[in-house]
Amino acid sequence: MSYVLCPEIPEPGFSFENCKRNALLESKGFTTPKAIKTGTTIVGIVYKDGVILGADTRATEDTTVADKNCEKIHFLAPNMYCCGAGTAADTEMTTQMVAAQLELHKLYTNREARVATANQLLKQYLFSYQGYIGAALILGGVDIEGPHLHMIYPHGSSVDLPYATMGSGSLAAISVFELGWKPEMGEEEGIQLVRNAIAAGIFNDLGSGSNVDVCIIRKGVVDYRRTYDEANKKGVRQGSYKFPRGATAVLSTKVVDVEEVSVTPVEAERMDVAAF
Amino acid sequence: MSILAYNGGAMVAMKGENCVAIAADRRFGIQAQTVATNFEKVFEMGPHLFVGLPGLATDTQTVMEKLRFRKNLYELKENRRISPKVFAAMISNMLYEKRFGPFFVEPVVAGLAPDTFEPYICNMDLIGCLNEPSDFVVGGTASAQLYGMCESLWEPNLAPDDLFETISQALINAFDRDAISGWGATVYIVEKDKVTIRNLKTRMD
Amino acid sequence: MMQTGIRPYYPDYSTVPVERQINPYADNGGSVVAIAGKDFVVIGADTRLSSGFSIYTRNQNKLFPLSETTVLGCSGCWCDTLTLTRILKSRMQMYHQEHNKNMSTTAAAQMLSTMLYYKRFFPYYISNILVGLDNEGKGCVYSYDPVGHCEKATYRAGGSAGALLQPLLDNQIGQKNLQKPSQEDLTQEKALSTLKDVFISAAERDIYTGDSVLIKIITKDGTKEETFDLRRD
Repeated sequence: MSYVLCPEIPEPGFSFENCKRNALLESKGFTTPKAIKTGTTIVGIVYKDGVILGADTRATEDTTVADKNCEKIHFLAPNMYCCGAGTAADTEMTTQMVAAQLELHKLYTNREARVATANQLLKQYLFSYQGYIGAALILGGVDIEGPHLHMIYPHGSSVDLPYATMGSGSLAAISVFELGWKPEMGEEEGIQLVRNAIAAGIFNDLGSGSNVDVCIIRKGVVDYRRTYDEANKKGVRQGSYKFPRGATAVLSTKVVDVEEVSVTPVEAERMDVAAF
Repeated sequence: MSILAYNGGAMVAMKGENCVAIAADRRFGIQAQTVATNFEKVFEMGPHLFVGLPGLATDTQTVMEKLRFRKNLYELKENRRISPKVFAAMISNMLYEKRFGPFFVEPVVAGLAPDTFEPYICNMDLIGCLNEPSDFVVGGTASAQLYGMCESLWEPNLAPDDLFETISQALINAFDRDAISGWGATVYIVEKDKVTIRNLKTRMD
Repeated sequence: MMQTGIRPYYPDYSTVPVERQINPYADNGGSVVAIAGKDFVVIGADTRLSSGFSIYTRNQNKLFPLSETTVLGCSGCWCDTLTLTRILKSRMQMYHQEHNKNMSTTAAAQMLSTMLYYKRFFPYYISNILVGLDNEGKGCVYSYDPVGHCEKATYRAGGSAGALLQPLLDNQIGQKNLQKPSQEDLTQEKALSTLKDVFISAAERDIYTGDSVLIKIITKDGTKEETFDLRRD
């Protein structure tokens, strides 16, 4: 829809305006490029006082590593986090959207959102797209009912489990859990188990790599440990590859001076949520 | 053949000490045929903000127009410069909106934050998955070659002049091993008080 | 009464043979890099053997000595590598027994090309790099495509991370795109350190390259071996 004053106010939801053109290009033999996948190991366990989530930090584009340190444990609500595997953009955007919905839900109901609510929002959204939104999720959190862990598939089904793994390294990771998980585990023991499960994925699955991220959710406290363990260190280069200045041939140079503009930072006002 | 490789092109951005650099080749081709050697893929979106759009050339220009429009609207409404981080989030959301019928571009953003002059770089895939590393980002058909080059050449805290040599050598040597990019290059070095734009002498074959 | 005219269609007795296909090739990854100097040549290959998203072994030697002065580095389809190198080995032996001398590097390079082209329509799916010292004792590198095109060079990267590594060698060894290229001869130390550094870079970005690198340094005094650890994820 176009307006005179403000053309192109986007309509909500996905836009399909390029689909016809893209289908035409595809019919002429041009393949559609692949989006970045997380090709991941993600895990979660329930322990004595809550849940522990874990993830590796590699994102791959076919066989090259696109991101060596990406964040796969996404924020949903102060008492809930969600690990994402599959198409990287889908996991990121889906969790962002549900996080917003949960915040609004909390403001509307004056209650901390429950994990079951997040699970329902995620699975209903994914189901409505028939699996085309390629997000495989492990949702963990603690609410008034206690700790919960859900595994959600891209097609919109979900299961409630005491320990779960997903992504291309899920088999490597589940073998660690099957061996070491037991009910009512202590926190240190639980973190170590999660680390070992992710490390199994990092070392034995080529789609997973780099570091281990861990997120511990207890009642009322969240402990997000980004880069909990640097499983692989980059090798140390033998020489420096700094070039002497003037090494590159230049045809023309243009220098644009940027005027200093005084900036008065304005503190962002907090949203009025007095009712809460 | 992928649609992203229809026109060819290479792009790279790097962080330095209080500066950023973004560089791209200048070829515009239709598959193996070179049509022009003065095609710009990097666009100025503010005094300290640049965006590169490697991919299908028609989408490079369409997306650039859309981004410029949205950025102008933002700056009019907010009466302040857009920060690179916000700009990147805007691109990401714009691309993800077209999740099921994407634009064939893989944007690269490089700039300095308007208030702190903190260097910022990022890139995305064609559906807007953000990647914000601390060293460098690459894009286009020579991305494999660029990964190899940058992974060895880049080091932390490069001064603007050293950053120029590093990014230029990374780009030139990378696209010399890619048949559908090259034919000249443009390098932007963005510093707090000035932006230096250099055209490089490269192989033209 | 028998019906005439239209023949009934019974899918089970269809006269058209059913076509089935298998893929005879596997991609087992791996990268090989070779750099030649005036009186030496170094060749390195990573030791990871993999398929899809899994690792078969972290310790697979991909460098095959053909004679005292010749080494072949292979990456690609591992079963083809095994077959090719087995045949090569016996042909080297036959040459030795027939002529009572070892085959020269240049001759081995030509023979490899012929052997690859011999299977033009069912090729060995291998990226080969052959290195050695020629008759004057100079280091040389030969690289091949799967059907036997042979190119002599002074440095070469091949395999799954070939595209990542080749431009770096162009720049650092070939001194390409530099205003003041270094006129000095390439030293063994520089070749070795560059080789290690390019593998570090490849292991960062290519999922099929990693674990460790096996390096062979060939000089007139013989072959030295060295290993070097890479990341294991």
